[in-house]
Amino acid sequence: MLIGVLKEARTGETRVAATPATVAQLRKLGYDVVVEPGAGAASSFADDAYAEAGAAVGPVAGADIVLGVNAPAEQQLAALKDGATLIALLSPALNPDLVADLATRPITALAMDAVPRISRAQSLDVLSSMANIAGYRAVVEAAHVFGRFFTGQVTAAGKVPPAKVLVVGAGVAGLAAIGAAGSLGAVVRATDPRPEVADQVKSLGGEYLAIESPEVEVSSTGYAKEMGADYQAREAQLYADQCQDVDIIVTTALIPGRPAPRIITAPMVASMRPGSVIVDMAAANGGNVEGTVKDQAVVTPNGVTIIGYTDLAGRLPAQASQLYGTNLVNLLKLMTPGKDGVLVLDFDDVVQRSITVVRHGELTWPPPPVSVSAAPAAAGTLQAGATGAAARPQAPAKKLADPAVKWGLIGAGLAAFFLILATAPAPIPAHFATLMLAIVIGYYVIGHVAHALHTPLMSVTNAISGIVVVGALVQIGSHDRAVTLLSAAAVLLASINIFGGFAVTRRMLAMFSKGD
Amino acid sequence: MSVVSVVGAADIVAALLFILSLAGLSKHETSRVGLRFGMLGMALALIATVWLAVKGADETLPVALLFAAIAVGAVIGLWRAKIVEMTGMPELIAMLHSFVGLAAVAVGWSGHLEHPTYGLESLARIHSAEVAVGVFIGAVTFTGSIVANLKLSARISSSPLMLPGKNLLNLGALAAFAVLTVIYVAHPGGAVLTVLTVLALALGWHLVASIGGGDMPVVVSMLNSYSGWAAAASGFLLDNDLLIVTGALVGSSGAYLSYIMCQAMNRSFVSVIAGGFGIEAGPAEARDYGEHREITAEGAAELLRGAGSVVITPGYGMAVAQAQYGVAELTRRLRDKGVEVRFGIHPVAGRLPGHMNVLLAEARVPYDIVLEMDEINEDFAETDVVLVIGANDTVNPAASEDPASPIAGMPVLTVWEAENVIVFKRSMASGYAGVQNPLFFRENAAMLFGDAKERVEDILKAL
Repeated sequence: MLIGVLKEARTGETRVAATPATVAQLRKLGYDVVVEPGAGAASSFADDAYAEAGAAVGPVAGADIVLGVNAPAEQQLAALKDGATLIALLSPALNPDLVADLATRPITALAMDAVPRISRAQSLDVLSSMANIAGYRAVVEAAHVFGRFFTGQVTAAGKVPPAKVLVVGAGVAGLAAIGAAGSLGAVVRATDPRPEVADQVKSLGGEYLAIESPEVEVSSTGYAKEMGADYQAREAQLYADQCQDVDIIVTTALIPGRPAPRIITAPMVASMRPGSVIVDMAAANGGNVEGTVKDQAVVTPNGVTIIGYTDLAGRLPAQASQLYGTNLVNLLKLMTPGKDGVLVLDFDDVVQRSITVVRHGELTWPPPPVSVSAAPAAAGTLQAGATGAAARPQAPAKKLADPAVKWGLIGAGLAAFFLILATAPAPIPAHFATLMLAIVIGYYVIGHVAHALHTPLMSVTNAISGIVVVGALVQIGSHDRAVTLLSAAAVLLASINIFGGFAVTRRMLAMFSKGD
Repeated sequence: MSVVSVVGAADIVAALLFILSLAGLSKHETSRVGLRFGMLGMALALIATVWLAVKGADETLPVALLFAAIAVGAVIGLWRAKIVEMTGMPELIAMLHSFVGLAAVAVGWSGHLEHPTYGLESLARIHSAEVAVGVFIGAVTFTGSIVANLKLSARISSSPLMLPGKNLLNLGALAAFAVLTVIYVAHPGGAVLTVLTVLALALGWHLVASIGGGDMPVVVSMLNSYSGWAAAASGFLLDNDLLIVTGALVGSSGAYLSYIMCQAMNRSFVSVIAGGFGIEAGPAEARDYGEHREITAEGAAELLRGAGSVVITPGYGMAVAQAQYGVAELTRRLRDKGVEVRFGIHPVAGRLPGHMNVLLAEARVPYDIVLEMDEINEDFAETDVVLVIGANDTVNPAASEDPASPIAGMPVLTVWEAENVIVFKRSMASGYAGVQNPLFFRENAAMLFGDAKERVEDILKAL
């Protein structure tokens, strides 16, 4: 089948749905690829580079599968051939008109931004891959506007304090921002309603600011949820305090398909120092910051710059194209089970079902809901996508026996032991004394055995337990022939043990050698 | 200085040497010295006892038999030790345990046949009780070890035997043993002892047969402990302190070793001994884990070439495929290229405690890059590539993430935190615990199917 790569029609779009590298991968799946002239120009991919990777350069009208970044323009849609499959970021939940329009055409439309957030679909998750880029770029934008170093320095010309960065929301974008700001040398703090992300924040060098509230709980949907009044009051206090202290704020709080929560209010912005920078990554959905203007950087009267760009990922076009292109390749891998260049749409697969907006001209949106975390909701296996921190192993609570019963048993055992020793004639008590001491010594002697030596230790103790030979030797001189024969057999068996056990241990130990 | 006092002194020195031997074997640096102490102690005890036996014998037949038995035993033992493959070590050790058990049974029966006359009635009764206990422990050890040997060498199925009411059977056998002992003490007779022996043999068989193959490391260690107790029981019977001390040393250290291993698996000691594990592990449930990805040997070589740090986590599969030499060669090559290569060994990897360490040592992998689970687990997040070679349950994320999993709570190697995981496996079948492994379906994991040895060689070629 032929895959066509669109030249993006939307003004300002710098990304492209395939790069020369992903074209090569698509061809490996058995597809032919045609790229519209100039499609990769804004991402610095020349037509020649595509041609070198094995793609034809030309119009995509005849393509069976059409890849785009944004929803195609009207004339691009009209040019699709009957039965074609369109794959792009269609935002079906936010664009009912587009969905209705697509449903009138004899095509299949797949929305890459509708991939469910389940583990195995992570490689297709465009929102994660774009959020990662956007988080990084948000810090770069802030650094560009911020009039100081990020890192602290002591120089001949005086001491430079490090910049303090607050990242609101530790999802994929937030974590990327924490990492980027941290690696520039800033002091990074982060907030998130999901306490389970604290470890992830720390792993990137950030400090997690917890909001103490009974409502805080583990997310079961993969996204943070909206919180109640008490929580919000504490949260507001935290942000009010932080605004007076930090230089840069990056807000990433966004639940897809909903208006962004208002987190930083105008008085908070007013309390910030002049020269401070806020990057509002939720600007597209109304912004987390009061005063954000979509797609613009505005300066408040007290000198705080609020950046509301919504194309942060597109500002790193080559990277964004490469990651988006790879997401598409992974989707096509999933949908090309035969690796033979034949696309198969499997509605039994929850991922493929979820992204399908229109199938053969028939509306299939919205898809049935998908439970994000795996069925028994293993706590926090999938926090906001990419970082993959594992939940702590939870040891099942051990059943403790009723203490009264336990102590009763121990007491009874000790009493019985005492009675045996008290009534037994010599030499039994002396034997028991020896036995007890030897047991204790045996326990302590191997208490700290190196794990690697378990096998040699076992084979030596095995050889040593061949000491039972001593018993047989003592008995062998009996005048009873049966006893002599039995003892001889025992000596034979125990001897195998002794010699075999020591020899095999020797062989093993000879192999253990230390590296240089 | 009489013969008896010299032998008594030799016994005490031998016991001390055995203690030093076990202590020495706890550390790599002192392990060889420890072994020498053990051999020295054994030699001392043997020579002294043989001397005593020869001196005390008034016939030539027992003496001739004695030397013949030792000589034949030595030849067989040394021969078996020489030809055993390192992968066959678990079977050999289980087999050797059975010999101790059988020897203890023989000693017990000899004690029965040659009932010494005691001045005190109570001493005679105690002697009878000692015979019964010694025969019982020895017989349980004997058949238990035989079954363990058969399971480990795959001559019988390693899945747990499920007799209805197996715990009742075990308890019933113990109760019957108590009753038989009382009868035997009252009227020492060959018939009662025969019944008791048969009962113990059956119990040993059933005990180990109902324990699944995955628990064999614990079982082997437990049998080691039993063989020690059998020797200690013989010591009581024969009034011999050396036997008591040595038996108790082996018994308690073996029991403690089993306990350490049970902790490593987060399992109750009692439930392993009673064979409880197999009950929980149902068949692989039908859950959608998604798709696994495959990688070629060339792809794996590519990943390894670009890696800065590599961790290899081997399992029983490496032993089965005899891949340790290829793995060692791979390790050498990568280390020559400046790649940091380390091994992460799960406490219960393989079929014997420390099994993997022995195999890697055989292939001359330096032991200081072979780390334990606790030492390596924190480093996986900074590791570029993890090679999982024939391991499954020990790297299963379900153990820490899925509370419903039969292996929930078992500490595992957290390989999935690494950037890339390559899993060497013959097929997608589940591991010993019968639990599906979500690791194989993770984004950062790729499967390299086929015989581990051949695949490792393919990678070496591609490098």
